[in-house]
Amino acid sequence: MNRRVLRRLVSNLMVGLMVVAVILAVLPLMFILINLILKGASSLSVEFFTKTPVPAGETGGGVVHAIVGTLMIVGLASVFGLPLGIGAGIYCAEYPASRLSTAARFVADVMNGTPSIVVGVFAWTWIVARQKHFSALAGSVALAMLMIPMVMRTTEELIKLVPHSLREAALALGYPRWRTSLSIVLRTALPGIVTGSLLAVARVAGETAPLLFTALGSQYLSFNIREPMAALPLTVFTYATGPYEEWHRYAWATALVLILVVFVLSIAARIATRRRFNVNA
Amino acid sequence: MTSPVSPVVDAIGPAAPSRTLNRGTSSSADRFFRLVLTLAALAIPVLLGFLVFELYMGSRLAMGQFGFGFITDSIWDPVAEKFGAFPLIFGTLLSSLLALLIAVPLSLGVAVYITEFAPRVLRQPVAFVIELLAAIPSVVYGLWGIFVLIPFLKKFIFPLLRTLFGFLPFFQGPIYGPSMLAASTILAIMIMPFIMSVSREVLLAVPNSQREASLALGATRWEAVTSAIIPYARSGIFGAIILGLGRALGETMAVTMLIGNRHEIAASLFAPGYTMAAVIANEFSEAATDMHFSALAYVAFVLFVLTVLVNGAARLLIWRVAKGAAIGSKAL
Repeated sequence: MNRRVLRRLVSNLMVGLMVVAVILAVLPLMFILINLILKGASSLSVEFFTKTPVPAGETGGGVVHAIVGTLMIVGLASVFGLPLGIGAGIYCAEYPASRLSTAARFVADVMNGTPSIVVGVFAWTWIVARQKHFSALAGSVALAMLMIPMVMRTTEELIKLVPHSLREAALALGYPRWRTSLSIVLRTALPGIVTGSLLAVARVAGETAPLLFTALGSQYLSFNIREPMAALPLTVFTYATGPYEEWHRYAWATALVLILVVFVLSIAARIATRRRFNVNA
Repeated sequence: MTSPVSPVVDAIGPAAPSRTLNRGTSSSADRFFRLVLTLAALAIPVLLGFLVFELYMGSRLAMGQFGFGFITDSIWDPVAEKFGAFPLIFGTLLSSLLALLIAVPLSLGVAVYITEFAPRVLRQPVAFVIELLAAIPSVVYGLWGIFVLIPFLKKFIFPLLRTLFGFLPFFQGPIYGPSMLAASTILAIMIMPFIMSVSREVLLAVPNSQREASLALGATRWEAVTSAIIPYARSGIFGAIILGLGRALGETMAVTMLIGNRHEIAASLFAPGYTMAAVIANEFSEAATDMHFSALAYVAFVLFVLTVLVNGAARLLIWRVAKGAAIGSKAL
């Protein structure tokens, strides 16, 4: 009898400890969001989204250069990375047993585990060191390298979810293989692939490390991808580690903008999948 | 990806005599389709090979100069062009292991709670919030770490640790803000969502019969967790932890902003340290000599090899422990 009470006591105690763990885990994360809103929102203004920075010591100015920079760098990275990742993903799903598929899968896992700063060094030695100047292009290449394995694996997983009967029906109707793949299988899996791509875009949009010595950052609005360019995460880093109070305020506001961009992309992606596929992400 | 054969012709293709004769072999459009996809798939290993090659070429100079001594030497002096990465490697390993020490019990507790104990209404929202937290960029954690976490730790947690455990060398000495312990704390917060979401998926994959069987034998719910559910999911949970370790090893921005960046190994966790990723982030754009660049590329090379080994070991262990039934391998 006594033993049974003890066992139940232990059980309840452990559940209590787990609740404590949940609180401890959620607390810092709650605080991050609260701090971002409290310290960042007050600096947001029309000027913040339309002006470039003013010299240190003056007030005013904005981060439009970083917003444009992030859009351009991430956009270009998507142009490089998405077709390659999706194409490789289709290959691995269409020819799953081929030796190349096994190799590509293995390599994608290795790339997924590669630290982003290492990819930055790679983009530096490949492009910046050869051209002898920093460029947004090198940053885009680095981000594309990070996107490819993510996009490839989600594409493959989602194509595998398409029922075999659909493919067989199309082939039985006399569709050639490429049309079956593109207009039947791929089309069925498309919402999921869009989700995977959006998530990959959201993830690389917040990356700072690969841009540090490729896109480098700048104080000016620029549309030239062969020159250094600002980006939201780089701006957060520069302002946060800088010496001025004013800069710190801007770091919080820029971080708030960055996190809104990332969250909107991620939430949009997840809602799209949940409705169409009912897959629990 | 347009094909040379028009869709209309192709759709009626099987009726055409030439196509009937060709049945069984692929048409030229199919071959083109496969070629394009093959090129895309081929690009992945080629890119990785190129990455390794470029890292090797970049670090050749330092490799020739320092050899394997680079890993065991402790002097880092860009002016004298003497480089040794031991404190960096040590800092990377120590900060990651400390982060695991903090993050693993917490994230496993959360994962078990939301799969086994939490009210059903709470499960989906909590999982969703955790997914979002994994999406917060590293530089935002760094910003929060500098202005919120460090002041908090400095004021409350560090003095408390020093009073409680001051007899240990790890908790002695002056309290700086930026320190090994501060970096490990932010790392723990950052890797928690990853460990949580993978272990949650693994626990969800445990069949209900396991739970029901052990409860039917009279186990309390906690005993069901420790005797039936965790053992079944063990390999996947192990994979989740190693995945977290891999993340922690390569994490750059938040650590760079919080660790204090000093090329030294200190016994005290309150003292600043350095990691491989942080030194690259700090010094790469300011390096003046070829040897300095090369030494930093060498550091990147070592870091790359380390993460590949950790991820490879994780896969191997999971495969071994699981003995065929690879629970959670999909989540990885």
